[in-house]
Amino acid sequence: MSVDLSQFYQVFIEESFEGLDAMETALMGLDTEQPDKEAINTVFRAAHSIKGGGATFGFTVLAEFTHTLETLLDQFRSGVRVICRNDVDLLLQSVDCMRELLDQLKIKNNRPTHRSESLKAVFEAILSQCPATAQATARKDIDTSDAAPKITWSIHFVPGVNILKTGNDPLRIFTALEDLGELQVKVRVDKLPPFAELDAECLYLSWELTLDGAVDEATIREQFEWVIDECDLTISNLSAQSESPPVQLPADAQKYAADNEKPLKKSPTAESSSIRVGIDKIDNLINMVGELVIIQSMLGEIGSDFTPGRLPKLIEGLEQLEQNTRELQESVMRIRMLPISFNFSRFPRMVRDLAAQLNKKIHLEMHGEQTELDKTVMEKIGDPLVHLVRNAVDHGIESPERRAASGKPETGRLTLNAYHQGGNVVIEISDDGAGLDREKILRKAQEKNLLSSVDAAILTDEQVYDLIFQPGFSTAETVSEVSGRGVGMDVVKTKIAQLNGSVEIQSTIGKGTRLIIKVPLTLAIMPTLMIMLGQQTFALPLASVNEIFHMDLRKSHVVDGQECIAIRDQAIPLFHLKQWLVKGTETVRLQTEAHVVIVSVGTRRVGFVVDQLIGQEEVVIKPLGKMLQGTPGMAGATITGDGTIALILDVPGMLRRYARGTHSWGHN
Amino acid sequence: MAKILAVDDSTSMRQMVAFTLRGAGHTVVEASDGMEALNAAKGEQGIELVISDINMPNMDGISLVKELRAIPQFKFTPILMLTTESGTDKKQEGKAAGATGWIIKPFNPDQLLATIKKVL
Repeated sequence: MSVDLSQFYQVFIEESFEGLDAMETALMGLDTEQPDKEAINTVFRAAHSIKGGGATFGFTVLAEFTHTLETLLDQFRSGVRVICRNDVDLLLQSVDCMRELLDQLKIKNNRPTHRSESLKAVFEAILSQCPATAQATARKDIDTSDAAPKITWSIHFVPGVNILKTGNDPLRIFTALEDLGELQVKVRVDKLPPFAELDAECLYLSWELTLDGAVDEATIREQFEWVIDECDLTISNLSAQSESPPVQLPADAQKYAADNEKPLKKSPTAESSSIRVGIDKIDNLINMVGELVIIQSMLGEIGSDFTPGRLPKLIEGLEQLEQNTRELQESVMRIRMLPISFNFSRFPRMVRDLAAQLNKKIHLEMHGEQTELDKTVMEKIGDPLVHLVRNAVDHGIESPERRAASGKPETGRLTLNAYHQGGNVVIEISDDGAGLDREKILRKAQEKNLLSSVDAAILTDEQVYDLIFQPGFSTAETVSEVSGRGVGMDVVKTKIAQLNGSVEIQSTIGKGTRLIIKVPLTLAIMPTLMIMLGQQTFALPLASVNEIFHMDLRKSHVVDGQECIAIRDQAIPLFHLKQWLVKGTETVRLQTEAHVVIVSVGTRRVGFVVDQLIGQEEVVIKPLGKMLQGTPGMAGATITGDGTIALILDVPGMLRRYARGTHSWGHN
Repeated sequence: MAKILAVDDSTSMRQMVAFTLRGAGHTVVEASDGMEALNAAKGEQGIELVISDINMPNMDGISLVKELRAIPQFKFTPILMLTTESGTDKKQEGKAAGATGWIIKPFNPDQLLATIKKVL
């Protein structure tokens, strides 16, 4: 029977990645002073599974690499070798290496990488230093050649009395022998004890077998392989010619080896296209659908025989339908939800490595790892988080000496925290490091011509901190290997803004910095504020809407060429959305009173003048389609309750496209 | 055709074993570690063969064999261990615990079917 093994590749690769995660976690938690046996076991098990599967599915490079690794791990496990700090580092590197190999396999590449070759060599060198190396015995495949002459074998087989208790049955061995040639079986009962002493579960019989066939002794022995230690077996050649055929690799093993060389047939896509969903979520969904079916039949029944008297019943049914639809929607959304630990899990390792590299001492704490958010959001927030954590380690937390000098404990504390707040997920990254230095930032910003000295004096702390998100801004005196290349923070901000999220910085000099990132739970559905401009409906992401005023526009004034209004003593730039978005209104003089929607963009706020407010609505975002994809300022479109189409506005994008003084909005 | 209990913590290996066996017409009960296997063994009727990995969380293959042999209806049931070539001492440990025999990884589906023919 031929089975296409490629169908198991993706599962194998996914589970191997999970195994590596477990391996990494176990290694991170490993105390080399007193290594926890179970942790080493976990590491060993993961390597072992990857090796077994890799070999079975023909991923030879991976299998060979893990084989060497496993041999070393086995020595740690059995206590032959004592694990030290360096070994842990080496093992962590091997985790990265295996991830690399698995990534290669995803794109059908079954070749060693530079890292895998060098690491393997390192492991081999370590192993060769130790005489106790548990060298793997190569598996010998011995087979008969077709041209083997017919031989008559005499087999004397005395099984141990307990052989049945291991599930072995001589009868099955004889059946297998029968396949090899003509078999004659003679049973001997001379060892049978008196009836009173006979144990029904023991075997007292022995056999004299004669086998006529073109087989060699090794093949016959192979049939007894599982019982060879608990039986008395003599095999002798009754025929004159007793030369055994040369040992050679069986044809089928050669074919197997050849198969392994072939490129993989099926290619799992490099992007992760599948998602693991807890069975409870699916059950919940099925339950919900069940209820929908009941309501549907109830409504159908009312509809088929409708009288005005049944109106209350109809309304009740519709209410239930509404509730069910909402629950169904929530359930479907939950399927795409993953715990944020998917992102967080990489940080212990990263922080540990970075701290070692920078000679800092850092204790990482993580909270709310089970907080769930949408898979797409999860993927997109990953890189910004990495960048921010790197920054906190590199620029935030000081060196042990400097910490000691300022009276802080030598070990810095870095905390990651995630929690739900309304329809958002809030992720906080806080450190007890040096904090942001307002003066230093201002100086830098002026050096880089991002700011005039007049502005510098009036900016609030928040606005100053926001400067670090400007392209090309970096306060690090020297560019380190870890971060501080001056790229990145602006990308972080842009990426978060693309998710309709926001970043806020709180900092106290000498005490530490806290970054607060807010992203929506999901991107598929968005709460919006529906507005009208002329006859057209638009949707503003509610997450960015701060407040709404009805205003006398004559009270606006012009500051630095920009129309502004004062709200609670703060000048807020005012824009007439209609002039931007509705054709033929560019020059029309505007009304004296209007609704103004205050929207936050990053840490800045702007006011939009709109004609009418419709209200809050949850919309399903539909892409604009090929022709209009990428239109500046438009995030997508949606169909409103009354069937009309509303464009969803992308506020940062729109400001970049239309607002004067583009540089001040430009995070791109 | 037989009812077979396949035990492996690696989903891909277990699926491969199960798929191969089902393809040959057997009924397969799957378990992802020794503990699950033991519960399945106690709950299911008429299991004729157990194929188990050795290295597993919760309960490893060796302990599983010992536990199974202590259950009357599994006293004589063939139990095959999935082992890697490097695990030669594992074979002996498995035998000592009461395993019937072993299948050496890597194996292909044909090798698996050929091996289980020896015990069914």
